[in-house]
Amino acid sequence: MPVIEVDNLSKIFGKRSKEALSLLDEGLSKEEILKKTGCTVGVNRAKFQVEAGEVFVIMGLSGSGKSTLVRLLNRLINPTAGDVYVHDDNLSTMNKEQLRRVRREKMSMVFQKFGLFPFRTVLENTVFGMEVQGMDKEEREKKATEALELVGLGSFIHQYPSQLSGGMQQRVGLARALANDPEILLMDEAFSALDPLIRKDMQDELMDLQEKMQKTIIFITHDLDEALRIGDRIALMKDGSIVQIGTPEEILMNPANDYVEKFVEDVDRSKVLTAENIMMRPETVDFDKHGPRVALERMREQGLSSIYVIDRTRQLKGYVNADDVLEARNNQVTSLKEIIKNDMPTVEKETPVQEIFDIIHDSPVPVAVTEEGKLRGIIVRGTLIAALANVNGNGVEDNA
Amino acid sequence: MLDFIPSLPIASWVDEAVKWVTNTFEFFFDPVKDNFGWLLDTTAEYLSMIPPVVIILLVAVLAFFMSGKKFGLAVFSIIGLLFIENQELWSELMYTFTLVLYSSLLAVVIGIPVGILMSKSNTAESIIKPVLDFMQTMPAFVYLIPAVAFFGIGMVPGVFASFIFATPPVVRFTNLGIRQVSTELVEASDAFGATGQQKLFKVELPMAKPTIMAGVNQTIMLSLSMVVIASMIGASGLGRNVLSALQRAEAGAGFVAGFAIVILAIIIDRLTQNLNKPNQ
Ligand SMILES: Nc1ncnc2c1ncn2[C@@H]1O[C@H](COP(=O)(O)OP(=O)(O)O)[C@@H](O)[C@H]1O
Ligand SMILES: [Mg+2]
Repeated sequence: MPVIEVDNLSKIFGKRSKEALSLLDEGLSKEEILKKTGCTVGVNRAKFQVEAGEVFVIMGLSGSGKSTLVRLLNRLINPTAGDVYVHDDNLSTMNKEQLRRVRREKMSMVFQKFGLFPFRTVLENTVFGMEVQGMDKEEREKKATEALELVGLGSFIHQYPSQLSGGMQQRVGLARALANDPEILLMDEAFSALDPLIRKDMQDELMDLQEKMQKTIIFITHDLDEALRIGDRIALMKDGSIVQIGTPEEILMNPANDYVEKFVEDVDRSKVLTAENIMMRPETVDFDKHGPRVALERMREQGLSSIYVIDRTRQLKGYVNADDVLEARNNQVTSLKEIIKNDMPTVEKETPVQEIFDIIHDSPVPVAVTEEGKLRGIIVRGTLIAALANVNGNGVEDNA
Repeated sequence: MLDFIPSLPIASWVDEAVKWVTNTFEFFFDPVKDNFGWLLDTTAEYLSMIPPVVIILLVAVLAFFMSGKKFGLAVFSIIGLLFIENQELWSELMYTFTLVLYSSLLAVVIGIPVGILMSKSNTAESIIKPVLDFMQTMPAFVYLIPAVAFFGIGMVPGVFASFIFATPPVVRFTNLGIRQVSTELVEASDAFGATGQQKLFKVELPMAKPTIMAGVNQTIMLSLSMVVIASMIGASGLGRNVLSALQRAEAGAGFVAGFAIVILAIIIDRLTQNLNKPNQ
């Protein structure tokens, strides 16, 4: 069950929007429609679903319609056509009162320039959502204080926004959005106004928070690195249309068209990074010494469902599955040699990361990195994506 | 050359209209004239009964605190007001102050809601804007005529004429101040589910406050500039002294009374300017 479902959603700015809409259906481009009708296509028949707990990133260049799309999700902008469902409720048909209830209880928003009220203190800003709901003062201040502590601003609650740095102001924006525990967070370029370093901190912090909170997050950005770092799925927009939706890998690996490819091109480091740069230390068993019992014990300790098998000289021999090992043990088999499998993906230390995408995709086990047949490391999907998302590659060496 | 077009009888139409309004709303104008007139006179009389020293000290203390604990305005107020008292214009000053007070209050109480309405609706804005332009460009003397027709002579028509002349700035600035609130703040308020009323009182008015206060300041100054004109239809106060000095060609008396008005203007202006401090 998706939390948000968007169906055929369009927004056209301008007086002749209905006319423009039918031209859009005829397949005219944004530019042609502007020329013919003077209307601007903000969002063009968007269609997607967002699942509970997902971080759904909407990415695109400036003017591609990201802000318009996210504002259609809480109807700050009324759609020209199409529907937005939050669970089963259609926002498009709601009256003011129903819409207000959704905004108060289900979703809150974080803004690019923070959207803080300058005449209110940090605490007064944070209680705003609960204040308009009519929650009593003591309770809302308690919740707001908790939210502020969560983002590390516990000792700044009586300051005014102008007294805080940009990063701290956006923490207030985040705390305000989290304070009454909404199910959905809408974040419109929430970190774009921040310095690169602070921005990265905020991304990490958001990910930490997300691990605990499991919100459904719609995150807007024009920055591919940011999208790759935090997105579970990414939707790429161009001229109001969504040109591709997919996991970070899918977007990087199979760009749907030239536009996506161009966008993705600046992730060039994937071409220079090699397997060696991103591999992790492998967990192994030595089939000359170890039998099923040891293999099972190691897998249990590390929480693995399979483990690589080597010999005394670290030559890679294959891997074994937990199921097979268990069965072998129960049947009193003492050697791993009988259940060993060889269909693991293998790459050389020097293999470019780009090529690993193709290999890792459907593999049941991590990719093995070898040097002259010896097992040197393994690569899991997470490391691969994280490595690509890392702006300057610094973080990558840590894993090598 | 255009003789074939007969002259349109606009003037007589307006005459008829004023006559009609006067007669039709007599039931309204008469009690307003009596009750409001009584309120104005009583206020001025009570103010005149307070010893000038008390008022001077109060103004000085107010000036001191409102200008951020600086002495400049306080000292100026003391000297200026003592000068007026010394010239035996104190009771006139109280009447002028009363006139300004009530016409400004009326202008603010009516002007701010109109400004809010204007900011919320483009239709309202497009209707009200030309009316405001008209109100401000029409020579102020002209307002005296219907004022007298409705309310006779005295303080009440004076307040009425001043009110019409002085209201436009506070309306304009309220409209401007609210329209200037950044989109993001309006969106933030909407996104958290504020009602229209909550948005107005919790976000828009606080944000627009400095601008609105600048409008209030201008409104007060305009109503002060009406005191001499208002005295032509019988409003008491410093304006009347200026007017009678003019009629008798007494330059000295005219100067002193005029100077007293300037002093009052400066004190009120500086005091109200301190109200429009910017937001945090
Ligand atoms: N209120 C508006 N009136 C007219 N056109 C608008 C309005 N808001 C946005 N647009 C247009 O819609 C398109 C998408 O804008 P926006 O959603 O702000 O893009 P993004 O957030 O991706 O930079 C742009 O061409 C922009 O000029
Ligand atoms: Mg935007």
